[in-house]
Amino acid sequence: MKFGVVRFPGSCDEHDALLACRRFADAELLWHGERDLKGVDAVVIPGGFSYGDYLRVGAIARFSPVMEAVGEWAAAGGPVLGICNGFQVLCEAGLLPGALLVNAELRFLCRQVDVEVVNAETPFTSTCDPGERLSVPVKHTTGRYFAPELELDELERSGQVVLRYLPGQNPNGSRRDIAGVTNRAGNVLGLMPHPEHAVDALTGSTDGARIFESLASLTPA
Amino acid sequence: MTDKLMRAERTSGNEEEARSLGLTAQEHHRIVDLLGREPNGVELAVFSLMWSEHCSYKHSRKLLRRLPTEGAHVVMGPGENAGAVDVGDGLCVAFKVESHNHPSAVEPFQGAATGVGGIVRDVFAVGARPIALLDSLRFGELDSSRSRYLFSGAVAGIGHYGNSIGVATVGGEIYFEPAYESNCLVNAMCVGLAPRERLIRSAAAGEGNQLVLLGALTGRDGIGGASVLASAQLDVGDPSKRPSVQIGDPFEEKKLLECSLELLERGLLRSLQDLGAAGLSSSASEMASKGAVGIDLDVARVPLREQGMEAFEIMVSESQERMLCVVEPERLGHVLGVCAHWEVRATTIGEVTGSGRLRVLERGHVVGDMPVTALVDDCPLYDLAPAPPTARVYPDPPRRLPDAGSAADTLLALLASPNIASKRFAYEQYDSIVGSRTVRRPGTADAAVLTLAGDGGSGALAVAIDGNGRRVACDPYTGAIEAVLECARNLACVGAEPLGLTNCLNFGNPEKPHVAWQLERAVDGLAAACRALMVPVVGGNVSLYNESDEGPIYPTPVVGMVGRLADPALAPGIGLREPGHAIALVGPFAPALAGSELERLRGRMADGLAEVDLEAQARAIVALREAVATGGIASAHDISDGGLACALAECVLDGGIGARVELEALAATVGGEEATLFGEGAGGVLVSGPIEALQPLSETGELLWLGEAGGEALELRMGADSLSLSMSQVRAAYERGIPDRFS
Repeated sequence: MKFGVVRFPGSCDEHDALLACRRFADAELLWHGERDLKGVDAVVIPGGFSYGDYLRVGAIARFSPVMEAVGEWAAAGGPVLGICNGFQVLCEAGLLPGALLVNAELRFLCRQVDVEVVNAETPFTSTCDPGERLSVPVKHTTGRYFAPELELDELERSGQVVLRYLPGQNPNGSRRDIAGVTNRAGNVLGLMPHPEHAVDALTGSTDGARIFESLASLTPA
Repeated sequence: MTDKLMRAERTSGNEEEARSLGLTAQEHHRIVDLLGREPNGVELAVFSLMWSEHCSYKHSRKLLRRLPTEGAHVVMGPGENAGAVDVGDGLCVAFKVESHNHPSAVEPFQGAATGVGGIVRDVFAVGARPIALLDSLRFGELDSSRSRYLFSGAVAGIGHYGNSIGVATVGGEIYFEPAYESNCLVNAMCVGLAPRERLIRSAAAGEGNQLVLLGALTGRDGIGGASVLASAQLDVGDPSKRPSVQIGDPFEEKKLLECSLELLERGLLRSLQDLGAAGLSSSASEMASKGAVGIDLDVARVPLREQGMEAFEIMVSESQERMLCVVEPERLGHVLGVCAHWEVRATTIGEVTGSGRLRVLERGHVVGDMPVTALVDDCPLYDLAPAPPTARVYPDPPRRLPDAGSAADTLLALLASPNIASKRFAYEQYDSIVGSRTVRRPGTADAAVLTLAGDGGSGALAVAIDGNGRRVACDPYTGAIEAVLECARNLACVGAEPLGLTNCLNFGNPEKPHVAWQLERAVDGLAAACRALMVPVVGGNVSLYNESDEGPIYPTPVVGMVGRLADPALAPGIGLREPGHAIALVGPFAPALAGSELERLRGRMADGLAEVDLEAQARAIVALREAVATGGIASAHDISDGGLACALAECVLDGGIGARVELEALAATVGGEEATLFGEGAGGVLVSGPIEALQPLSETGELLWLGEAGGEALELRMGADSLSLSMSQVRAAYERGIPDRFS
């Protein structure tokens, strides 16, 4: 089992993600300018400010060569995890429903929050119990999840809402406290909280490790 | 030579012009002597910046020689882009603090953002990967709309830049005092990590080696920043100065950072230097000076952001996100390849010569020719003419609290005072965890703790930054000592041994005798404290002329320290951890109301502070550090602003556990109930833990048992007088202190 962690110019959390993946499997970096996914079994798009987040968050990164390959990989059912900026890129690329808007308080926010595992039957949450609470940090300016009401109803019905901020802990004004959603097929997850920053008790929490552990337990394709 | 000075002949370098650029008539005469002729316009522009206070330290350099700079762990001392200390396992830590005060007073968001960008470049210029940022900020009080604007703008700017480049902002301090209303202070400290053999110096070497400019295009932004902004008195928010403030592009910096580190990792550079104040002029002269070589550079080869820039503008532009490196010709292709990979612009603009001169060319024609030593070493150094003030320098602050009031009301007022209240508003805007090293996050421990486990190191770093301008204003010598002691004590609270210190000296106009006196006394205080603690100064920055028509800022030496500890898992936070744990006070503890936050709220400024027993304080710091490092101490928090009562409230709030303490015996030795509760001064740490874990502290020093953790309230008893506040009352005051000023 091998993870590939995408590195754009402006990525910030790629080494953190790499370290988190390596706790459970092999992992290597994938350069934004290359289409080759190097035979990895799961792709992680990490946090940061790809291309400076200029124009609009994630808007430039979606056009990079590596994202073409990621799109094909996702269409073929390959697992893709987008964290924070990675979530924004996946929304811009049309691989995930909805959009991420500037936080309700219009400021960057770095804070530990609790999220509830709403759907434990995804490749990303298979080692979690349904309803389990995970303590993970958020850190972003643009994390307010938005989709039209009808689409939100549909996302909930089809089990695409995977993670939800606990009541009172929604840090950004996301609709229905949504912290993470998948695509319809369930093989692409985007989440604003940073599981890669919650894999070591020394630095705060180990709850985020469950996401990487779940992915690592997949049988390689 | 003169016949070759073609275009530049059209611009004048006479005395009148020199004065308009901030040089004195005498300095102009000296330049004429050194050149053997009148400088032309290009040369004068370069001299005016190299000889500005900001670049030459002409009023402070002699004084700074009083600071101890040698120590067992020092790898690079003052003079390089950043100082560096050895932290074992083949790793070094490079760090430095620098001011960006005047730009931030003109445009807080970009001023603070580029302050961060500049100090980060200083650190990766020596080959270290930046891993942490800390900020020391001063503004006027928050009832002024201008101060709210500066404060929120500076915090947003720091976050914007630091977050975008993936360097964790892990600590800092913020004060609000009327003396900073016109001149806010924005000091940023960066800490970087490097394998020892990767550290690189900025000295240019090797005749014929190429001078390569990396990074952003050069524009007209920041022209004259070092002389116009940083070395002269500023009028309040003068919008005409706004074009002198640089604009930051953190994305460019992030690419430049990764590219520079890869170039160093591959061993492709002979030397590296960032472009900061005075731009190319300063970088090229510094590199040539340190290598005792010359440099030829052609301004026509510098990639420009705008058309029609004059040679002198290109030489002094302070456009951000640029680095200058020296490359051997045979490695140039490889260097350009790495730069292309990172999409970083790289242009050969000149070469190293043996001439000892900085020659500025424009399409091959010489437009400036100056001896490097004249630029770097021959700037006149001035002796200060210090004299203690004959009258009070600072007015009493506005009164906000009556003298009479219950202890409970006083405590709540102190906790809600923005100087003491939670700084969550600021630190939640900073990414404090990127890099996966942050063991203790902002607000949870007296020093940030960063594990080195992922970097091939053992143990962890502890970093802190401290200063209290009001107390230095009351007594420059003792106030400066207190700043160093507080920083060392903060490190000791997490069990760390200090390895090195950096400082930023923020003062008013040094040509005024009483400001010179503040500066001299403060430097002497810093030196004395560093010697007592055996901590070397490895670098720093001086920011002078921080004053307006209303007078100088409080003299504000800011001290940053880096320490090392063996086991980060043992590092205590400030919060009480378990009900039933004993709470004790580690002394010596001799608080007094003079110069305290309480006296400030009551509208009184002190003249003089109680003398500090440096030796006893240094011993107590070592004893505390050693006790913490052996484990068992559950929490440790030093007593500073707002005194013991505020410190205990912070322990209660962070731990979410109440406390009950008995202070009558203590009050008898301190000699006063208010001084016991709210007095300030060097010394005093609150610790908690199982009794047997705290016991060893009583054998090595002063330990006084105060009470125990438990319950849901903060209870302080002092004979008949007791104070009891619920956790929610205390929390509301502490957490709402700053946000309420904005609503």
